[in-house]
Amino acid sequence: MSNNRKNEEPLRVVGKPFRKVDARAKCMGQTKFADDIVLPRMIYAKILRSHHPHALIKRIDASKALATPGVFAVITGQDLPNSYGILPVSQDEHALCIDKVRFIGDPVAAVVASDEDTAFDAMNLIEVEYENLPSISTIDEALLIEEPRIHEYGDGGNIHKKVSLEFGDVEEGFAEADLVREDTFFYEGNTHLPLEQHAAIAYFDTDNKLTIWSSTQTPHYVHRALAKVLELPASHVRVIATPNGGGFGGKSDPFNHEIIVCKLSMITGRPVKCTLTREEVFYCHRGRHPVLMQVKTGVKKDGSITGMHFKSFLDGGAYGSYGVASTFYTGALQTVTYDVPRYKFQGVRVFTNKPPCGPKRGHGTPQPRYAVEVQLDKIAEQLALDPAQIRRQHLVKPYSVTANYLRIGSMGLGKCIDKVVEGSDWKSKFSGWNKENRKLPFGKGIGIACSSYICGAGLPIYWNSMPQSGVQLRLDRQGGVCVMCGSIDIGQGSDSILAYIVAEVLGIDPFDIRIVTADTDLTPVDLGSYSSRVTLMTGNAAIQAAERARELLVMAVSEKLGVPIENISLAERRVFDVENPDVGVSFAEAVVLAESKFGTIGTVGSYSPPPSPGKFKGAGVGPSPAYSYTAAVAEVDVDPSTGIVVVERIWIAHDIGQSINPMLVMGQVEGSVYMGLGEILMEEMAYRGNRNVVHKFPSMLEYKSPTTMEMCDVKTYLIEDADPNGPFGAKEVGQGPLLPVPPAVANAVYDAVGVRIDEVPIMPEKVLKALREKAKGGDGRYGPDSVPGVEWPPPMRVLTPAEGGDGREMPRVAVHS
Amino acid sequence: MSETTKQKVHIRFTLNGEPSEVAFAPHKTLLEVLREDLNLTGTKHGCELGECGTCAVLVDGRAILSCLMLGLDAAERDVKSIEGMADGAQLHPLQETFADTGAAQCGYCSPGFLLVAEELLKKNPSPTRQVIKEALSGNICRCTGYIKIYEAVELAAARMRGEEMELPRESVYGYE
Repeated sequence: MSNNRKNEEPLRVVGKPFRKVDARAKCMGQTKFADDIVLPRMIYAKILRSHHPHALIKRIDASKALATPGVFAVITGQDLPNSYGILPVSQDEHALCIDKVRFIGDPVAAVVASDEDTAFDAMNLIEVEYENLPSISTIDEALLIEEPRIHEYGDGGNIHKKVSLEFGDVEEGFAEADLVREDTFFYEGNTHLPLEQHAAIAYFDTDNKLTIWSSTQTPHYVHRALAKVLELPASHVRVIATPNGGGFGGKSDPFNHEIIVCKLSMITGRPVKCTLTREEVFYCHRGRHPVLMQVKTGVKKDGSITGMHFKSFLDGGAYGSYGVASTFYTGALQTVTYDVPRYKFQGVRVFTNKPPCGPKRGHGTPQPRYAVEVQLDKIAEQLALDPAQIRRQHLVKPYSVTANYLRIGSMGLGKCIDKVVEGSDWKSKFSGWNKENRKLPFGKGIGIACSSYICGAGLPIYWNSMPQSGVQLRLDRQGGVCVMCGSIDIGQGSDSILAYIVAEVLGIDPFDIRIVTADTDLTPVDLGSYSSRVTLMTGNAAIQAAERARELLVMAVSEKLGVPIENISLAERRVFDVENPDVGVSFAEAVVLAESKFGTIGTVGSYSPPPSPGKFKGAGVGPSPAYSYTAAVAEVDVDPSTGIVVVERIWIAHDIGQSINPMLVMGQVEGSVYMGLGEILMEEMAYRGNRNVVHKFPSMLEYKSPTTMEMCDVKTYLIEDADPNGPFGAKEVGQGPLLPVPPAVANAVYDAVGVRIDEVPIMPEKVLKALREKAKGGDGRYGPDSVPGVEWPPPMRVLTPAEGGDGREMPRVAVHS
Repeated sequence: MSETTKQKVHIRFTLNGEPSEVAFAPHKTLLEVLREDLNLTGTKHGCELGECGTCAVLVDGRAILSCLMLGLDAAERDVKSIEGMADGAQLHPLQETFADTGAAQCGYCSPGFLLVAEELLKKNPSPTRQVIKEALSGNICRCTGYIKIYEAVELAAARMRGEEMELPRESVYGYE
């Protein structure tokens, strides 16, 4: 790894606030997003979507649409019979529904015409006869109503997936505790709302090969889905992911419109484009799952946790999407922040007749993080402990293995807490639990929360033993360097990260480098921009490729100059003798020497995460090469007469390991705070309550998201606790800093006005209701009171590492019978 | 769509400082005319309902939402899109600072923000942070949390006033 390389020079690129390699084009409006691509003879597709939440398709008559002048073709589900889905275990989608629709917005037919208006008008001429089925709209209904089933697979009735895992004996943990608390929470679903609507253009060309340009975070998975559904050899399909105008997880599934444009191009021989409307983007969704949670935690008097039992109930919407992984994620990372010696997790995901939920920034973890962090605040109050202290004193240990077999690397959360406590002047603002002598006036409050997040999933989505990321480097004799990688820049800066890292290793300027990414014909596979994996995985692959190139250059220059190999260094576009820096050649000359000696210079690098210590079934979700850590303090102003919560400032400290570019890290932290703020204060996927399951707000005006007027002030601290698995020690920042924001705000609301809002988002009416109830002598809490009964499977039991476990499931017989 | 509504209309106007003319179907918005009939795809769309600010362009120096204005109404007017913001290869100071500070993450909302900020700085060369927030409140950005955008506007404003200014250390590296 480069951190230990010979002739170590001070870092010249890594850690510096360089401009992004694509920044100039983005600020000139020259970046080509998917909808900006125009091909000669291009025609336009529109998708007819169901306006019934759950219905059988009895008949489709497209004759009037087909007779419309300008219409080239109409397709229905019969034309695309193969199913697909992002996870191998949930291949439950069809590009166009075949026999039934499962939510309002499910695609039924597609029209392609000479222009969008004609396609739209023709689409409305398609007649579909439906036979309505009863719809399922809530978690409770899905658990109770077994028939009709939304899908014919899963764990019975309308249950998609049930999970039950126990690490150590949690009851024993509760018996040891001085205090056991059980709390219930609900976290409403919300959506990504990227500014760019999804778009795709396909062209089945004269060589009988298919190319698709699409706004996708996962070109590799789209590639696999297209080959499967269209029954084309994957080698005849080329997927080019265009720069995403925001993703946040919402462009991580293979989508029906991507398959539809391909099929329509194959039929018509013309390039076909489909750009979704904003309303359609709401139907694509794949956003945050609504999750009902119950958490039971045992603690000693000092706040140390003795055991935790976490139950989650996920409203999955109409399809599987990433849902099985989401379910596991609602239970996986509770152990990664504080020491939890015994841990039990039970999770269930149900199908409902609503747009499918999937991965949104923080995938499956903001919901449990909210529950754990708000409950910890309640525990601190009961034990009369300072909420910052209770967290600080019981952190998970660095370089340890958790009860559920997650291997922790570097862990800078202690420093993060110290920074936000000091920066926010916590001690002179937090009044303690006795509110007689308030430090801040009533209505003003302060709250703290912490979190941790993965730096890439340890396992790929489909089982294979190949690398998760590949980088190919080409050096030309003029001194040019081209970096090729399957990763896709969704605004997080992944193209720039490749340039910075290769520039660092080769001693050149990042702007000397040409970046070619996200093109399945040209670039080695990278699994995609999800799970905060890109910097760590492509970064390590890039280091390996660059070091291999560096070695060739060093050998060639060493021979030419007659200087020992160990004395050769690369910096400032030169390759030279460290002991006598004037002796050397330019970088371009070094490439010429290397090419003369070895032939064409091309190298590759790849990255596979280290194997996880967990061997039990379900151990695939949670392991990561490294974990990032974040602490946040929120200061709020709550108006007790209206219930309106204004977040004035957030102090946030993030353990980034090592900043590859601090400016971009700051941007990710600030953006995460923003998105967390939206989730806690206003964003919600809401449906009309008449069982029609119609989306209430499929527009940007009515789906409230923070504007400049709601965004709070942010004070950011970067903690650099380098992780040995990260490139130059780097960890993730794209998702983790969102996690502590919602619970920090909720805890601050409690400090401000003494009410607990155990349901996200904290809308003014909830605050008011809780305040009124408190005024009447109630407990001043707003949130769910109970969770539905579920017949859980017997838990898979695994001894913890502390109990001498080996990470394998214990035999089911004769253990704790 | 009837044949009469498909018949194109023709307008002359000033586009990015140059006399221009274009023919298009009369129901088209300025956004559609710019993107589809003039191939100026730098102007983006996020909703096409006037909700997100992404499609903002300057018409006679004022920021307007091009998705809410008919192309026909641009006749004889002066329209500036993101493609006209730089002076040749020389970026506008706002474009430089947006690029330098990371104010453009995915870059999709950037053209709209840049043009609205340009109008602001023309009217008010020394806006306070609060004034900047109010001026940009009609534009939604989902990536940045707006902070780098404010900083970019402040930095550009200072440089346009002829002051030397760099971002404070804490904006780049965080607080100590």
